[in-house]
Amino acid sequence: MTTVEQPGSLVGEPVRRVEDARLLTGQAKYLADLTLPGMAHVAILRSPYAHARIRSIDTARAAAHPGVVAVFTGKDFEHLPALPCAWQAGGVENFVNTPRALEIDRVTFTGAGVAVVVAESAYAAEDALELIEVDWEPLEVIVDAEQAAAEGALQLHENAPGNIVMDWSCGDAKATDRALGEAEVVVKKRLVNQRLIPTPLEGRGAAAEYEPSTGRYTVWMSSQDPHIMRLLMTAFVFGIPETKMRCIALHVGGGFGTKIFLYPEYVLVAALAEKVGRPVKWVESRRENYVATTHGRDHITYLEVGAKRDGTITAFKVKTYANLGGVLSTIAPGIPTTLYGRMLSGAYRIPTIHCQVLGVYTNTGMVDAYRGAGRPEATYAVERAVDLVARELELDPVEVRRKNFIPPDAFPYDPGILNGLEYDTGDYGKALDRALEIVGYEDFRREQEETRQQHRYRGIGFSTYVEICGAAPSAWIGTVGEGWGASMWESANVRVHLTGKAVVTIGTQPQGQGHETTTAQIAASELGIPIEDVTVELGDTQGAPFGYGTYASRSAAVGAVAVYNSLQRIKHKARRVAAHMLEADVEDVEFEGGRAFVKGSPETGKTIQEIAGAAALAYDLPKGEEPFLDDTTYYDPPNCTFPFGTHVAVVEVDPESGQVTLERYVAVDDVGRVINPMIVDGQVHGGIAQGVAQALWEGAVYDGEGQLTTSSLLDYAVPKAEFLPPLEVERTETPTDVNPLGVKGAGETGTIASTPAVVNAVVDALAPLGIRHLDMPLTPERVWRAMREAGD
Amino acid sequence: MYTMRPAAFEYHRPGSLDEALSLLGEESRPLAGGHSLLPLMKLRLSTPEGLVDLAGVPGLDEISEDGDGLRVGALATHASVAASELVRSRCPVLAETAGLIGDAQVRNRGTLGGSVAHADPAADYPTILTALGATIAVAGNAGERDVAADDFFVDVFATALQPGELVVAAKVPATPSGSGAAYVKHRHPASFYAVVGVAAVVAVENGNCTSVRLTIGGVTGTPVDATAAAESVVGARPSEELAAAAADKVAAALPNAMSDTYASGEYRTHLAGVLARKALQLAFERAA
Repeated sequence: MTTVEQPGSLVGEPVRRVEDARLLTGQAKYLADLTLPGMAHVAILRSPYAHARIRSIDTARAAAHPGVVAVFTGKDFEHLPALPCAWQAGGVENFVNTPRALEIDRVTFTGAGVAVVVAESAYAAEDALELIEVDWEPLEVIVDAEQAAAEGALQLHENAPGNIVMDWSCGDAKATDRALGEAEVVVKKRLVNQRLIPTPLEGRGAAAEYEPSTGRYTVWMSSQDPHIMRLLMTAFVFGIPETKMRCIALHVGGGFGTKIFLYPEYVLVAALAEKVGRPVKWVESRRENYVATTHGRDHITYLEVGAKRDGTITAFKVKTYANLGGVLSTIAPGIPTTLYGRMLSGAYRIPTIHCQVLGVYTNTGMVDAYRGAGRPEATYAVERAVDLVARELELDPVEVRRKNFIPPDAFPYDPGILNGLEYDTGDYGKALDRALEIVGYEDFRREQEETRQQHRYRGIGFSTYVEICGAAPSAWIGTVGEGWGASMWESANVRVHLTGKAVVTIGTQPQGQGHETTTAQIAASELGIPIEDVTVELGDTQGAPFGYGTYASRSAAVGAVAVYNSLQRIKHKARRVAAHMLEADVEDVEFEGGRAFVKGSPETGKTIQEIAGAAALAYDLPKGEEPFLDDTTYYDPPNCTFPFGTHVAVVEVDPESGQVTLERYVAVDDVGRVINPMIVDGQVHGGIAQGVAQALWEGAVYDGEGQLTTSSLLDYAVPKAEFLPPLEVERTETPTDVNPLGVKGAGETGTIASTPAVVNAVVDALAPLGIRHLDMPLTPERVWRAMREAGD
Repeated sequence: MYTMRPAAFEYHRPGSLDEALSLLGEESRPLAGGHSLLPLMKLRLSTPEGLVDLAGVPGLDEISEDGDGLRVGALATHASVAASELVRSRCPVLAETAGLIGDAQVRNRGTLGGSVAHADPAADYPTILTALGATIAVAGNAGERDVAADDFFVDVFATALQPGELVVAAKVPATPSGSGAAYVKHRHPASFYAVVGVAAVVAVENGNCTSVRLTIGGVTGTPVDATAAAESVVGARPSEELAAAAADKVAAALPNAMSDTYASGEYRTHLAGVLARKALQLAFERAA
């Protein structure tokens, strides 16, 4: 007897990425590959000063340079308003200053654009930059957020007294202070979460063309959210209906958050296309990427933790200075508030929490979301705090964590600072147990004791994190507390063509995450068709209904659920059509494995291809049934999702040089249900590399003049593969009940979790010297100095 | 400053050394790999009128015997030096050092002559060539002359090359049996340049050290001869203690240590001592 093999579900399988053949053979088109007929090239003159007045700009020599089409300054775009700040801190006043297409009379950070050349070639455009003469009046500079917020500091913006962008808080100040007063032990510490430069492989870029007859712009950008770009540019800058602009993202070579935002250059390029009457393109250099693309983190935090002698944490008080740069990027105030302050309970039951965040202007580049966005900073503060408590009380950091964990039966759990949201599901102890088992915790502690006798410094560090993904329920975002001027649902459209081939159109926009693969896995599994029969379309506002884009690990937890919901409705319609074909009641018809059949007799059913054909031809459909299998979903999640896990770092510190070697790295993550474990592994690996890099190597440094001294890859140490040991990555799987797929989100866990694990490990290694804390990055010199001082 | 395209320049690709020399005027620069020059040009920090690409000059990339020693052509890439059987047998430390330069892409394009002529204080070749007592062969319109590596590196990015002259080779003495050489570096995590690089070359006879040479790169503008710090080793039986004692004296040879974002002068000086001890120990092990 022969049986017909039904395609099994591909969800949960390590399906090879459908994008990769294109990406790995150089066939994928990026922004820099784009050539439009008659296209001119754009180069931007940037401020060499961190703070300066522009007295005048003379463009005559540049305009006369061979090959130059036109030269413009900020005055030529005076009619365009400054860029919007779309996510402001909720519930408080935000003193907003944002960049303009080109600055007109003053710059507040090195790298701000002040003039632009349009030329026949990119070479001619860059040649002419040198011929623009700017009469600068350099002004006094301030780069440190704490100093900028201090009394008597230089004022950068008239409308922002004390250089304060916003003074935001969450939690209960009085209760927290009371609990700290009553605590058996209180630990205080100042932590610096240094500024990072996200460094995607592909920098930013934009191209535009303008059709005078319709007044319609087409703008190509290396973007994580082309729909948002269109919305912000049309509604807030150009003042035109969104139908007058089409935004397109081609392949995007990494973003890490930096490509969420609307930048001056995108507005400029669109405006130039209209002004010069031909298509234009701008592609940034790595130096521009370093000075003019957003940075991440940059917090100075004062924390106070109250605890009982048994390690039970009773109070957590946090005050953070968040350096947001010279002007605000698109969602800058939202990152250190909603995504940071509200996550300061971590994985723990902490009865009283209070967090105050001061957003601060300084003469530095813009700071906004960078992979993890607020959650790495929160996790760093919480996980360092727990270790500080453990050290103070001479308790095992693992036991202090376990003692304070939110227990599995406490979910859904309201940490009291999430403005009404609750942690969905979790089993924190399970991930911790597995991680301890993998790393061999007890054996390590024994070995550590032995090697300490030999004056070797080995340490183990933990991070038992929880994070928030799947942004977000519109009703929550719309509440007064959050201040977000938009919603955050996702849409999807699924069409099954006459031949049974499916096209899925989505509004999220990958930068390497493999959406085409995971989306196709879901569609192929639900429809019971080969994965090759699914085409995923994305990246174009002309194609997809609307999408808020890819960030905050939301594409699976929100976007893929929209796809899934449409597939359910398509399957339902397929059942109706099949029932008609089979002359059966629809209630008696099941759809499974790509076939609709009468319950109990699967051998006589109709394939999805036959059903799609019948639906498309529409010769004989049930009465009142529309032709075609086509469905559009707008999915608005009822809650966010809360992935969690345990990361463990094992390090050795060389006492002579201070060099830290990462010996082992164990990660046990729980991201809910997994669509493609290979892709999740890749996300976790990359995230860990970036998070470890913050702990050990990366750090943007501005000198006192506001010059970025780490302005190239010669100075700024992104992680190299050889810096890392083989990563030991496992998972537990606790599906969320927030969405029918059970997925939580996996794009940022590595970055969020890993940084404190490494720092905790280094501090553990150096504990015999009495070292309790070191600020990042833990460069050899910094560690060497700390060891030397401790030894004195 | 934020550019990524060089200003216009003439490109020349001479087919002989004489032709190359005739093309090298005041405003032209030789191109020998371009890993330092081209980035400077893209940022327009360097705007030569012409580039004289040496890749077409026959024989300039050859690695050959030179008496008992080696002649490494200026256009020999770091990768080819690292892989050369001749270099590995006659002067293994040179191959080892070449293998520590930059990353695979840099080693595949960058050349010995380019590195030496550029004289970056954080480069690896100047330090090891100085320690080995190598000679830099320089060609000019007046013919070829030899400059001891000791005299070649004058200051930060400054060498004994006269206008119109080219580095054509490095002549490197072999490391005979009974001698040992080592190069150890603290690698910058971003650039892989040497934050500090220390080379030690020693000779041992009948169990006693008969000569020592200790050179330190990355700390000041040029490779520094710190042999004086190790003088007490000569005539003695090599030991960890002697190496450590020598390393302790290294700081005295390093006034005016450079500081940058990654490492202060004080830390560089400290590292020089740590690495000097390691280099000496390794060199002695190899000499034994």
